[in-house]
Amino acid sequence: MKKINTTVLAAAVALTTFLAAGCATEREHHASPEMMKKATIAVKRDFQEKGIAKMDRVATDKLQDICNRSGDNPSPEMAAMLESEQTTTLKLPADGNYMGDWKAGEKLAQSGQGLTWNAKAGAPNGGNCYNCHQISPEELSYGTIGPSLLGFGKTRGYTSETQKYAYAKIYNSKAFTACSAMPRFGHVGALDEKQIKDLVALLVDPKSPVNK
Amino acid sequence: MSDPMKIRAKLSGDVAEIRVLMGHAMETGQRKDAAGKTIPAHFIQSMTVEVAGKIVVDGQIGTSVSRNPVFGFKVKGAKAGDKVVISWVDNKGDKRSDEVAVA
Amino acid sequence: MKYRIAIMAALAVTWTGSVLAQAKDPTIAGIEKYREMLGDDNPAELYEARGEILWKKAAGPKNVSLEKCDLGLGPGVVKGAYAKTPRYFGDAGRVMDIESRINWCRETIQGFSTADIVKKPFGSADKPSEIEDLLAYVVTASKGMKISPPNSHPKELEAFALGEALFHLRAGPYDFSCGTCHAVDGMRIRLQELPNLTKTADAKGAYTGWPAYRVSTSRLHSMQWRINDCFRQQRFPEPKYMSESVNALITFLAVMGEGAEYKGPALKR
Repeated sequence: MKKINTTVLAAAVALTTFLAAGCATEREHHASPEMMKKATIAVKRDFQEKGIAKMDRVATDKLQDICNRSGDNPSPEMAAMLESEQTTTLKLPADGNYMGDWKAGEKLAQSGQGLTWNAKAGAPNGGNCYNCHQISPEELSYGTIGPSLLGFGKTRGYTSETQKYAYAKIYNSKAFTACSAMPRFGHVGALDEKQIKDLVALLVDPKSPVNK
Repeated sequence: MSDPMKIRAKLSGDVAEIRVLMGHAMETGQRKDAAGKTIPAHFIQSMTVEVAGKIVVDGQIGTSVSRNPVFGFKVKGAKAGDKVVISWVDNKGDKRSDEVAVA
Repeated sequence: MKYRIAIMAALAVTWTGSVLAQAKDPTIAGIEKYREMLGDDNPAELYEARGEILWKKAAGPKNVSLEKCDLGLGPGVVKGAYAKTPRYFGDAGRVMDIESRINWCRETIQGFSTADIVKKPFGSADKPSEIEDLLAYVVTASKGMKISPPNSHPKELEAFALGEALFHLRAGPYDFSCGTCHAVDGMRIRLQELPNLTKTADAKGAYTGWPAYRVSTSRLHSMQWRINDCFRQQRFPEPKYMSESVNALITFLAVMGEGAEYKGPALKR
């Protein structure tokens, strides 16, 4: 009996380790919470607004503060609390339709434009997706900071649940992983509803090259 | 006033390897500035390389050459101490000449 | 069975590796070929030559040269000074990177005003700024030396700690920190490989990679510029030129890159 328990436990440990390695990317971070606090004060003193980038951008919010102080590694309880808080910010489309045009989504995914201090005010922002993710198989110039999204809809199923998940994840990734490296595109207003729908289509539309 | 050229002339056997770095805008005349105005063409048109008083390269270059260009030549029959003089003239008539001894 | 899985895994690794090598090949191989063609001829030398003239020329309201400037190794010592920065300067009471220190001398020795100095620190291809010329001259005089910032004075240790914290500070509309891209091994943004600046091996190459002449912009870029442009891409507001935060970050990078041999201004695409 004891022997079996040990084996099960070992398997569970192995599985957890595997999942941890597969999901979260551990960043080297040794700065103390006190130094992180000093850094938030230093940027307010040493930075200045330029173009569209105003000083409100270095006024960190609660989520950023907790991620900063914990080295992107909050306690499970804290992470759960942050995730549920971020979940309440989710604004899903009123019409209940998550899918737009995958071709427009591909263009958006390619574009890294927007929000820099030299970007034009009011110009539409890009999705920056290929900077970090593999998406359509034709595009070889993709980053590896985020996981590959090849076959996103095919592997998860072409269901409204998958569409909703993709929409919510792009809208606010922190509703799923408190200190995810991915921006909260909808939450901060970087991408609008139509743009997010187009990106969802790129990932979940069976006709999208992602699922070929 | 234009920047001095950086010239290196190194002998191996009886071959001098000459390399020259020129500071020049090499403006093509096809670019526009921030205000949309065409930036006038300004580029090196001709260059000569002289080794020990003898012209070994007399060439014409144009707008296909990059800003701050680098050229390399191999000259047979050079001796240590030979004077290398490189000169250029651009389309505005500006000119520059620099020299170095083969080492 | 186990044996076969091991072989399959090995094959998979090799295969992925070759795909990546192919994918990055055109850009990286192209740059390498270009570097080889240029040999030692880096257009940064044109900056260095202008910088040397500027260094020795009487200028500014006080009409004196910079030849008595103390870059940390005593008045007038240029050779090797860059390799031992950033450091704490007692006369200024703060930690400075080499660019801040040259500017300090322009202010205190030559009499230039701070306003003049911070007005346009980053030049363009058509109008290089004088500080970039001076910088090219000073850093080139550390060619062949090992990067060795002192990192011992309490203010230097404080600068390192603040720099490290700033490196990890997530803020702005995208929640990005420097570490979002630069604290993990072997990642890419698009096809660009990202150095892990929290590890010595990568940090050495990154720190000695600036200042650099960039072929695509036809000009020399300083480390102050590099930090400035990182924050632009992070969607932050602008870090003030030579501010404590920027110098702290440069201190962090220099200490992480300690021991690297300095080869003079780099050449980038």
